Amino acid sequence: MPERPRTERLQTERPMIEIKSVTRSYGAFKALDDASLTIKEGEFFSLLGPSGCGKTTLLRMIAGFDNPTSGSISVDGQSMEGIPANRRPTNMVFQSYAIFPHLNVEQNVAYGLKRLKLERAEEKRRVEEALAQVSLTGLGKRLATELSGGQRQRVALARALVMRPKVLLLDEPLSALDKKLREQMQVELRRLQQAVGITFVLVTHDQYEALAMSDRIAVMFGGRIAQIASPKEIYQRPVNRQVADFLGGMNFVKAEIVEENGASLVVDTLGFGRIKTDKPKAFIRNGGAATLGIRPERLRVLWDNATAKFEVAGKVVERHYFGEITHLIVEIPGLEKPLSVTETNDFGADDIPVGTSIRLAYDPEALVAMAD
Amino acid sequence: MTAMRRFLANGWLSAYAFLYVVFLYLPVIFLPIFSVNTAATPKFPLSGFTLKWYEDLPRTPALLDAAWNSLVVGVSAAILSTVLGILAARSITRYRYPGRRAINGLIMAPLVLPEIIVAISLLLVILQLGLSLSLFTVVLGHVLVCIPYSMTVLTAGFEGFDRSLEEASADLGESAFGTFRRVTLPMVAPAIISSLLVCFTISLDEFLIAFFLTGTEATLPIYIWGQLRFASKLPGVLALGTLLLAASFLLMTIAEILRRRAAKRTQNEGGLYA
Repeated sequence: MPERPRTERLQTERPMIEIKSVTRSYGAFKALDDASLTIKEGEFFSLLGPSGCGKTTLLRMIAGFDNPTSGSISVDGQSMEGIPANRRPTNMVFQSYAIFPHLNVEQNVAYGLKRLKLERAEEKRRVEEALAQVSLTGLGKRLATELSGGQRQRVALARALVMRPKVLLLDEPLSALDKKLREQMQVELRRLQQAVGITFVLVTHDQYEALAMSDRIAVMFGGRIAQIASPKEIYQRPVNRQVADFLGGMNFVKAEIVEENGASLVVDTLGFGRIKTDKPKAFIRNGGAATLGIRPERLRVLWDNATAKFEVAGKVVERHYFGEITHLIVEIPGLEKPLSVTETNDFGADDIPVGTSIRLAYDPEALVAMAD
Repeated sequence: MTAMRRFLANGWLSAYAFLYVVFLYLPVIFLPIFSVNTAATPKFPLSGFTLKWYEDLPRTPALLDAAWNSLVVGVSAAILSTVLGILAARSITRYRYPGRRAINGLIMAPLVLPEIIVAISLLLVILQLGLSLSLFTVVLGHVLVCIPYSMTVLTAGFEGFDRSLEEASADLGESAFGTFRRVTLPMVAPAIISSLLVCFTISLDEFLIAFFLTGTEATLPIYIWGQLRFASKLPGVLALGTLLLAASFLLMTIAEILRRRAAKRTQNEGGLYA
């Protein structure tokens, strides 16, 4: 948008959406259970979780299509209680796109502007601007039924952006697109958000989508928020096994706590020996046992006589080829479950025969403690 | 060999399909043919071409009365059954509640009930209620038989109506009434018009219920029935029948085109709910 130069840092510390202890019950079932979070102005925030985790319920409550059973939601400092969807400063991109089939692209984009009673030239200018933002210039006269899935998605975006909302809500916007288009749209969405500087709240069940686009992510399970953090932290330092699992492959290793103090833990493991690791923020000690996790790509195959400061020896029991990478399953004496290792193919990991004894290098920093 | 066999099979199938259509439409084709024949008795060979039977029609006051009655009954029945149909179809396609299927079944049932039984039952009820027989009672009867057709057309139009369209409208700032006017109505309008046309056509052609429930006022089918007693009036009846047939065919075609357009329009292309 021309009002704001691109160089300005758009993300501020000012809270745009404040969700305080929001619960949504359907009889005895709690779709959302005591959720609290703050989304900052200009932030690209994702609600990530499996279906039924409450992420869509939360998004629909921000939009005004549903109301909290208890708790409060405010947008830009204003409480949303009792304010219907048509009077909220939010706009939504629906999962089904919800393009009006009886209107053409231009009429779809201008739908919300009609109520603002703008001058015709101004309205036309804003529609053109929105279409340009989503690279649909020149398709204004097309009917919705003549558009491809990706184009419909862009119309839905333009229709919401043209309203210049304070918050743009996106409900699984890319789930209906094929893989290639989806990856392209991820990049474009992120770029668009940076350009317009509007706060984006995205609901998705696709962890790569959330990791690729967001400033911060809230991971949700069973109506509860499990962790809120940056993509890197969520991926590298998940608070519990559930989060770790949902974000991708993770090797779990059982450990005995030797020493616990304010910020760190010292644990003994069978395969990796004694490890000192950062203590997770919400660490709750459960007797003397703890769980450590290490991502498959943080284990590296040691070739020939190469050595590393930290290494673990084992035997390849399975090999799976994935083109640019190979997945090795490696049995380590003492570990109850074999380790899963992801290795790039530049050195020939795809040729390691099953049954070979190998050594793996690791960084003790990559072994993170987490709750069960 | 197999090609030969396939050709034979196809040949037989084509012949069968041809005979099938002839059986269905041959009697109907006789109607317009004899209605332009100069002879008063419908038999071959045809004796000559004339339009006089058609010219006589507007000069028959009883016929004009019957036509007017049919129009009044048809329009009233169409509007009433479509309004009731909209309410029922909306409820059945939009909400989930216990007994939904059972209610749907009961609404559709008059479609397969013997019409004469329905007519007699209605007559008994109306007499018990102390209502006098008139065009109004005919309208009531016709609403009963029209609603299943109206429901069929309307549920097809409403089904798959993506609810998120109404939400999108609200999200873009439109009020509930504005949403109805700018989104819901334009989307379902073809189905509603189609339902009106179907109901009107059914009412226009309906004989049994009208025959039982009308007082002294005749509708077109009752008028035709009355005319059949006089052999000399037969060509006039054929001409009238031809016109009715043409009108029904035209209305049903328009209704079907609209129904398909409505179904296509409400079809949701990428709709998955999380």
